[in-house]
Amino acid sequence: MITELGHFALILAFVVAIVQMIIPMIGAQKGWRSWMAVGDTAAVAQFGLLSVSFAALTYAFVVSDFSLNLVFQNSHSSKPMLYKVTGVWGNHEGSMLLWILTLALFGASAAWFGGNLPDRLRARVLSVQAAIGVAFLAFLLFTSNPFLRLAVPPLDGQDLNPLLQDPGLAFHPPFLYLGYVGLSMAFSFAVAALIEGRVDAAWARWVRPWTLAAWLFLTIGIALGSWWAYYELGWGGFWFWDPVENASFMPWLLAAALLHSAIVVEKRETLKSWTILLAILAFGFSLLGTFIVRSGVLTSVHAFANDPERGVFILMILVVFLGGALVLYSLRAGAMESKGVFSTVSRESALVLNNILLAVSAFVVFIGTIWPLVAEMLMGRVLSVGPPFFDAAFTPFFVGLAVILPPGAMLAWKRGNLGRAVSQLRYVLLLALAAGALTWAMQTGKSALGPVGVMLGVWVVLGAAFDLWSRSGRGMVADRLRRVARLPRADWGKFIAHAGLGVTIFGIAALTAWQVEDIRVAKEGERFDVAGWEIELRGVERVQGPNYVSTQAEMVVWRGGREVTVLRPEKRVYPVAGMPTTEAAIRNGFLRDIYLVIGDPQTGGGWAVRTYIKPFANWIWGGAILMALGGFVSLSDRRLRVAAGAPKRPGNAVPAE
Amino acid sequence: MRALLLILALIASPVFAVQPDEVLDDPALEARAREISKGLRCPVCQNESIDESNAPISRDLRILLRERLVEGDSDEEVVDFIVARYGEFVLLKPDAGGANIILWLAAPGMLLIALGVGWGTIRRRAQARAEEPDSLSDAEKKRLQEILRS
Repeated sequence: MITELGHFALILAFVVAIVQMIIPMIGAQKGWRSWMAVGDTAAVAQFGLLSVSFAALTYAFVVSDFSLNLVFQNSHSSKPMLYKVTGVWGNHEGSMLLWILTLALFGASAAWFGGNLPDRLRARVLSVQAAIGVAFLAFLLFTSNPFLRLAVPPLDGQDLNPLLQDPGLAFHPPFLYLGYVGLSMAFSFAVAALIEGRVDAAWARWVRPWTLAAWLFLTIGIALGSWWAYYELGWGGFWFWDPVENASFMPWLLAAALLHSAIVVEKRETLKSWTILLAILAFGFSLLGTFIVRSGVLTSVHAFANDPERGVFILMILVVFLGGALVLYSLRAGAMESKGVFSTVSRESALVLNNILLAVSAFVVFIGTIWPLVAEMLMGRVLSVGPPFFDAAFTPFFVGLAVILPPGAMLAWKRGNLGRAVSQLRYVLLLALAAGALTWAMQTGKSALGPVGVMLGVWVVLGAAFDLWSRSGRGMVADRLRRVARLPRADWGKFIAHAGLGVTIFGIAALTAWQVEDIRVAKEGERFDVAGWEIELRGVERVQGPNYVSTQAEMVVWRGGREVTVLRPEKRVYPVAGMPTTEAAIRNGFLRDIYLVIGDPQTGGGWAVRTYIKPFANWIWGGAILMALGGFVSLSDRRLRVAAGAPKRPGNAVPAE
Repeated sequence: MRALLLILALIASPVFAVQPDEVLDDPALEARAREISKGLRCPVCQNESIDESNAPISRDLRILLRERLVEGDSDEEVVDFIVARYGEFVLLKPDAGGANIILWLAAPGMLLIALGVGWGTIRRRAQARAEEPDSLSDAEKKRLQEILRS
């Protein structure tokens, strides 16, 4: 009964979305207020109906209603409750419903918080947003309906993929969707602005918080996925340049570019048509990501719905929305007149360079991702593009970004002085060079990766800190500290996010350069040495979990004759899904992780054991958390919440000319 | 029941990426072997290198390339040997031959184009700025005085 209600609510949401797509748009064209107002009501109603539908599906998972095909295929009665709930989006249909629910949430938010938007703009935004909803609701209802019943309900389900039964991965998709789908707001605003033929500072002020929110959720989602890969896949890799990872990384790069270029539109009313194009492309890449994940055209460890029919449907959605928006763009972009002027050396120019590096790096990821497809279709060559290519082709862009970030962020708007910015930063530069040189001297005969990583990390973090400090004016240190604390949240957000980037760059370089790996056979009771740490395999036993069996080793870590910790790496088998997983045991540390994996028993006795010492591993995700935190802090700034177009409050900390 | 679970556990237990028995005694040779195996794709997996893959064929390939190394082959010879048998599909870093040159030139090429367009935009804006008078006109100065007085 509840399932049928959910199904019905889903169909009703589809109808409401169609109304929301057509009526407000006509209203905005003709200037009919009552028709425009339909958009607000419909957006909220659509969100309400989809919530009911999602709740109904969740209920079916919670009570293990195996008469539902989806529950039967992705759940099991003995699964822990947490994973029964997260199992709702651990499959194609359910995750698509969550995707659409998130889309409707953003639409409803525009209706709730968009009171200060011009009516016409809001009506058009809601209409475009609903058009995306209609396309995906049709996709859900006609090709992947989650509410289909089985005629003969089986006794128990087939269990969720064990890899997904994990806290890191359980919350990875919702954050990713908030990010992917959040970019739909930027898209809807861009298309609405193209239809209106007008982009101004107020528009940018509206687009920026949505983009920032989408970007920070995407950051969290990507970081969760990477963290999960680190501890779950059993060798501590954190990024694989897998097509599906790339699919989430490209929108992230473009969203980062967009939120920087939107600042230029807001403050200087220039780069308008480029910003519009970025907004279209960022969401276009989100759609492309959805297509890659769900069509299976590119083989990937993530592909969980390899169905050509669904792939074609999403490809059509992608073509219609991206193609339509780009056609509209080519017709209307000329009307976006730029007002602000700036000299060659200025904050605007620095942000143009930032956008070039981010956008081209996204392009590099894109071409590397689709190249195997292109090569096979056009040239009949079956080839692979993997991590070695991406490492070589992508890394230079982020090195470049890190180098220009501190001086670029300190340049004045309109007309800056590069010499002055660099000379202000001279101590930071010296410190960064010294740290790099020191690292070079301390490490023995290894690559330049470590020292360069240290140098860039110090440069970006201290550069960001110095930028914040330099805004406190002159005078006594105590006065300046007080003023720094009172700086707008946007400035603090900028500092935190930029510092986070520096921390992540350092973490990646340090881990890649200095990781130590040890593979050996260890007998029970045996002690061995890995990079100054002594590891003892004390024993191995079988343990019965709620829905799995585990081979659990007890391993003791010693340092200088003192016991540091006891770790219990496991190898699990989930009998229902018939799948093994490795559960590495990790001693997390500020300076290093100790990462132990237990393997198979060996014929000559003993167990295969892998030990990794992973220096600064947690800094990678720590930096990502900082970036997301910077986004939150910036979002909480009063400026983003006040009415769009309202006069700026006095004391706004934009550096004077 | 326990016995059944034990059997299940043994049957499905994963063959772990690089096994201790594969590791070569010579650390320099082993380091080369690891470097090579990181650049070769497991032929039956979803986008994993043979270094990290658990598939039996990856193990065979790891052992094969170590045998070649012990025989005295250079890194390129080992890679060519395996590519000759499994096709260029196994190369995670595609060579720059034929149309692949597009892939390799995409990054620098696009960067140059973008820098060109960006430079053009900045120049245009800067020229527009140059045409804008830097100082205020007399009328503006007068208006400013009025505002400041009031």
